[in-house]
Amino acid sequence: MGVTLTEQAADRVKKFLENRGKGVGLRLGVKTSGCSGMAYVLEFADTIEEQDQVFESHGVKVIVDPKSLLYLDGTELDYTREGLNEGFKFNNPNVKESCGCGESFTV
Amino acid sequence: MALLQISEPGQSEAPHQHRLAAGIDLGTTNSLVATVRSGVADTLPDAQGRHLLPSVVHYRREGPPLVGWEALERATTHPLDTIASVKRLMGRGVEDLKNLADRLPWEFVDTDSAVPRIRTSAGEVSPVEISAEILKVLRRRAEESLGGELTGVVITVPAYFDDAQRQATKDAARLAGLNVLRLLNEPTAAAVAYGLDRAEEGVIAVYDLGGGTFDISILRLEKGVFHVLSTAGDTALGGDDMDRLIAAWIMEQAGIPDDAGHHQLRRLMRDARAAKEALTGAGEVPLAIELEDGSTWHGTLDRERLNTLIDPLIRKTLSPCRRALRDAGVSAEEIREVVMVGGSTRVPRVREKVGEFFGRPPLVEIDPDKVVAIGAALQADLLAGNRPDGEMLLLDVTPLSLGIETMGGLVEKIIPRNTTIPVARAQEFTTYKDGQTAMTIHVLQGEREMVSDCRSLARFTLRGIPPMVAGAPRIRVTYQVDADGLLSVTAREQTSGVEASIEVKPSYGLEDAEVERMLRESLEHAEEDLEARRLREQQVEADRVLEALDAALAEDGERFLPADEREAVEAARARLAELRDGDDPQAIKRAIEALEAACAGFVERRMNARIQEAMTGHTVDEFE
Repeated sequence: MGVTLTEQAADRVKKFLENRGKGVGLRLGVKTSGCSGMAYVLEFADTIEEQDQVFESHGVKVIVDPKSLLYLDGTELDYTREGLNEGFKFNNPNVKESCGCGESFTV
Repeated sequence: MALLQISEPGQSEAPHQHRLAAGIDLGTTNSLVATVRSGVADTLPDAQGRHLLPSVVHYRREGPPLVGWEALERATTHPLDTIASVKRLMGRGVEDLKNLADRLPWEFVDTDSAVPRIRTSAGEVSPVEISAEILKVLRRRAEESLGGELTGVVITVPAYFDDAQRQATKDAARLAGLNVLRLLNEPTAAAVAYGLDRAEEGVIAVYDLGGGTFDISILRLEKGVFHVLSTAGDTALGGDDMDRLIAAWIMEQAGIPDDAGHHQLRRLMRDARAAKEALTGAGEVPLAIELEDGSTWHGTLDRERLNTLIDPLIRKTLSPCRRALRDAGVSAEEIREVVMVGGSTRVPRVREKVGEFFGRPPLVEIDPDKVVAIGAALQADLLAGNRPDGEMLLLDVTPLSLGIETMGGLVEKIIPRNTTIPVARAQEFTTYKDGQTAMTIHVLQGEREMVSDCRSLARFTLRGIPPMVAGAPRIRVTYQVDADGLLSVTAREQTSGVEASIEVKPSYGLEDAEVERMLRESLEHAEEDLEARRLREQQVEADRVLEALDAALAEDGERFLPADEREAVEAARARLAELRDGDDPQAIKRAIEALEAACAGFVERRMNARIQEAMTGHTVDEFE
């Protein structure tokens, strides 16, 4: 299992990282908050901690801390466009329900 | 499902708390909105993929106004209801527009208010309201693209915009429901887009050649702050002029008469523009021009010919460059980077000539149409708090000095030009005459020494000063400029606490060219001004001495001035009165000293008598 990126998502991340000029990869995580209990974390990663799990997907290092992995295992991160809006989307099989905004969820 | 963006490490926000910020380039011809997503700043397109929004608003009897391309299409069919280039009207008073009105196609409403209004099918509208319509469209676009409400925006304005024009821009934003984090100078935004604010220091030139205007700004970066050293330009020079020259050349080659129909001329302009744009990449382009008689003329335009055609135009941009350098007091060699802004800087010849002029290749990597909006977006992202701590916050500076009128029509500068804002400075003043109970504060903007050479921003009166002898009251005048360059002035008499203040709703009306002129003149006239100041200072002093003497003579002349001394005093007084109207400050100064010497005996005797009177009947202890 683990966490993967779609090819579009990986391309965007590579471009963003290159543009940023530093960073070892992309950090995915969850934290408690939001209207449905959990919220996603999507950040550039400058360091990899000892306990972190690192997945390589289309040439991008995806870094997840072990606690978050419980909630994210099997997730595929996609990059899509919806009308004028574009951005990353978590396709997470663990989610039971998410709030209308999609920024938080329960498992 | 909401779409997410990548944050900086540790900067992930709780859901529903993203601080969405955007940068807006509110241009004369076109406007843009940009934002930072996943660390990348870019402009946002509309649903049709178009990034530029024409700064045109069309008012209709029914329905909301049309903005942008739809409005532009109606410019020729409904000229009275379609307002373009409203930026040129921002912050202008009715008086200023009287001079312009003959050249403007719209119908201005006669009004007593200081703000001009245009009559349209949808009622009367002000420039601020028209700008707000453009901003509303950009706001909607940004909020749809980002999937949420904007926390705040940074809007760019020309470096030469004065307080009135900046205030009008802010008002328009408020009307559009936008929270303005900061107004940012356009050249500064362009420099920020290239990350030049990350350097320690250096002098930067920003060359902005748009469709119809040209601006050159010289900036100095010092400890993360951009100072605008000078600006120059031409409000009627740009890419459209290139198109006209190319069209004229085609007409000559194809044998099209000068009095060709309006329709054909418009098509020619379009073809000329297309040829110019194609020549940015190609060495030559084929031309196929439809003639009135239905036949087609074929020809080619190559880069060399284009260069010959537009060279005079490019040369016309270089003389403001020279002027700006001279005003800034720097040489071309001192310029560290040259930033190119405006669509017309895509023309290879322009880049080549500008590169030659400044002795270095200009920065062209960022789309010159978007570079200002991108810089604004980076600032907005920073101000909204989406960047890791420690990144420097860009500060802006006052474009012109702010001062106060003092006796004799002189200007005392309170906040000098290029002071980092926000800033507050205070200075103490006092009364000039005995028993003076009111003082008029006249707020001025400009670099010159005399009131008549500066721009009057506001005037207000501090009343209720307790009657005291001249020079005793302490009146503290505080000038405060907020982060957007807007001024408030407070005057407070320290002993009694009476206070008066004003928000500068500046008396509208300063042409772009005028700011430039004011800056230039201050440099050219520096010496002359200093001389004028010295003269006025001595004249004011002479008046004060004469007035005090006359009052003293009227009161005590008989008692304390013997006839032999009186003759000398009167001779010295007459001499000072005569020299006071001359133009030699040194002579006036000497005459004042001579008069004071002649009066010495009189003053001493008078003073002793006064002290005696005051002390009579009291013990010395009472005075300790």
